[in-house]
Amino acid sequence: MTVQVTASGLALRAEGVRKSYSKRVVVDVDRVELAPGETLALLGPSGAGKSTLLAILGLLEKPDAGQVFLDGRPVSARDRGARMQMAAAFQSSYLFKGTIAENVAYGLKLRGVSRAARASAVAEVLDRVGLGGWEGRSALTLSGGEAQRVALARALVLKPRVLLLDEPLSSLDPLIKSRLSQDFARIIHEQAMTTVYVTHDQNEAMAVADSMIVMRDGRSVASGHVEDVMGLPPDEWTATFLGSEAPLRGVVTSSADGLLGVDAGGPVVYSTGELEPGTRVIAGVRPEDVLLFEAGAEIPRSSARNRFDGTVVDLRLWGVMYHLVLDIGGARVASHVSRSSVREMELAEGSPVQVVFKATAVRVRPEAAAHGRAGTAGSRR
Amino acid sequence: MAVFIEAIVTAVRLMVGGSPELWNIIGVTFQVAIVSTAFGIVLGAPMGFAMGASRFRGRSVLIALTNTAMAVPPVVIGLIVMMILSRQGPLGSLGLLYTVDAMSIAQTLISAPIIAGLTSAAVASVPYKLRLQARSLGASRVHEAFLTLREARLGVVAAVAAGFGAVVRGVGAVMMVGGNIEGQTRVLTTAIVQEARRGDFGLALALGVILMAITFGLNGLITWYQHAGERWERGASA
Repeated sequence: MTVQVTASGLALRAEGVRKSYSKRVVVDVDRVELAPGETLALLGPSGAGKSTLLAILGLLEKPDAGQVFLDGRPVSARDRGARMQMAAAFQSSYLFKGTIAENVAYGLKLRGVSRAARASAVAEVLDRVGLGGWEGRSALTLSGGEAQRVALARALVLKPRVLLLDEPLSSLDPLIKSRLSQDFARIIHEQAMTTVYVTHDQNEAMAVADSMIVMRDGRSVASGHVEDVMGLPPDEWTATFLGSEAPLRGVVTSSADGLLGVDAGGPVVYSTGELEPGTRVIAGVRPEDVLLFEAGAEIPRSSARNRFDGTVVDLRLWGVMYHLVLDIGGARVASHVSRSSVREMELAEGSPVQVVFKATAVRVRPEAAAHGRAGTAGSRR
Repeated sequence: MAVFIEAIVTAVRLMVGGSPELWNIIGVTFQVAIVSTAFGIVLGAPMGFAMGASRFRGRSVLIALTNTAMAVPPVVIGLIVMMILSRQGPLGSLGLLYTVDAMSIAQTLISAPIIAGLTSAAVASVPYKLRLQARSLGASRVHEAFLTLREARLGVVAAVAAGFGAVVRGVGAVMMVGGNIEGQTRVLTTAIVQEARRGDFGLALALGVILMAITFGLNGLITWYQHAGERWERGASA
């Protein structure tokens, strides 16, 4: 899917950015583009170059090559005026010694905001992040979650044109992380801020972002709207990283009334879309959308078009769930199944199962099409 | 034991009695210490900040030189300053040898590396990312520097205290370039040496007690400041 966005309408854009440390290339990305109010997640494993790319976009790091544009204007780390339109919060909260109010008001003070206006803005933003009335507390006495809220408030209070968040939740325990990621998503969307959000957690990315770039070794390996990238990773590495299987490769064999039949090297998988028969495509389905039934069991009536007899070829723990790889007559899909279901169905490698998923859950695109939308694409190869 | 009691009694009597000679010695001691610490701050603190906060060519060499300078015996510094200020020396024409100014110059060369080295360590302990955080909120380089010094202030205060302490307790350098002239360049440490040589241990020890009282008072002040700072940082108001 390609969404064309005119350059003049973009809040933040970067072209050909490249950065090396000790001859090791840590970032090499052709293009990053964010529309006003868009939240972009930079997703990838540790060492993928996400934080460095964020620092370059936030004018905190000078790239070896390439250019960052803010509202269409070329800007650099020396351009303090441009930096004043951005604000960041990092993995560690990096609160300054002093009270919470002093921390939150720091950027306002740099901007010459009056004492009274600062106090009012600080009270308002602390209220929004759930710390109303905490102004006088020492910033060094807070728990991890509280400190991250203060760090977010310190950035939000500036009402920046671009908000930069570098793994702001990664050091927190799962319960607080889950609650805060929802809060962060709500606040970011309420403020309609253009946001770059670095994370290695796909669930966090899905909760917060509109679009994403998956990075590996400094390069973008997948980009586009979150659901497109998650639903149809372009290659095996990205699919594995995102918790699904490598995309199915096949040919459109039928196309009628918005329903496509795709021969995936054995099974015919149904999807929704409009493509000419004969088009070579890749197709994918998220593990969450794949249902399993015991072999021979009666499947409840449903509109699911894709029903196959399959075999479990691999199963491993994936957080609180099991990640099952299923062979459906020569093609492979994945499914996430609860531990209790695995136990009840006595699933193991080689177990026969029935595999069911809806046509609307299958994402298909022509094999030759560039992955991602114009807004967030590209790496030199 | 009696000699110690006698020394303390003598010290109290000297201070209460207000001997002009003693007050002159204490005055010169403070004058040299304050002037040389002030110049030590002017020279050492910016250098320490630069070494701790920035990365530049030759930084490692500068740090090594500073660490070495911290360990140079005061008597060697005194010797070098003496040679420079002596009649045959390059600055001999200034006629500074055996003056309080000469003592201040030598003591500055002792305090500056200590202040630089310890300031560097204090500043380096402030995470780079904290400065980056400030930058990301719109801070200029100057704002960053002030924030870093504010974050490292307990360490910087300790650095200044260490510089002051080294100057107050130093004897070798001031002896060489000051000459221990009664009523002019005599300070507590050189007076102690003088009285001990004359066999007046009671007076020497009394002077030592006064010197220790000054050092204790200074350290007490620093410790109070550090504890108060830590207590506040840890949220006495929380």
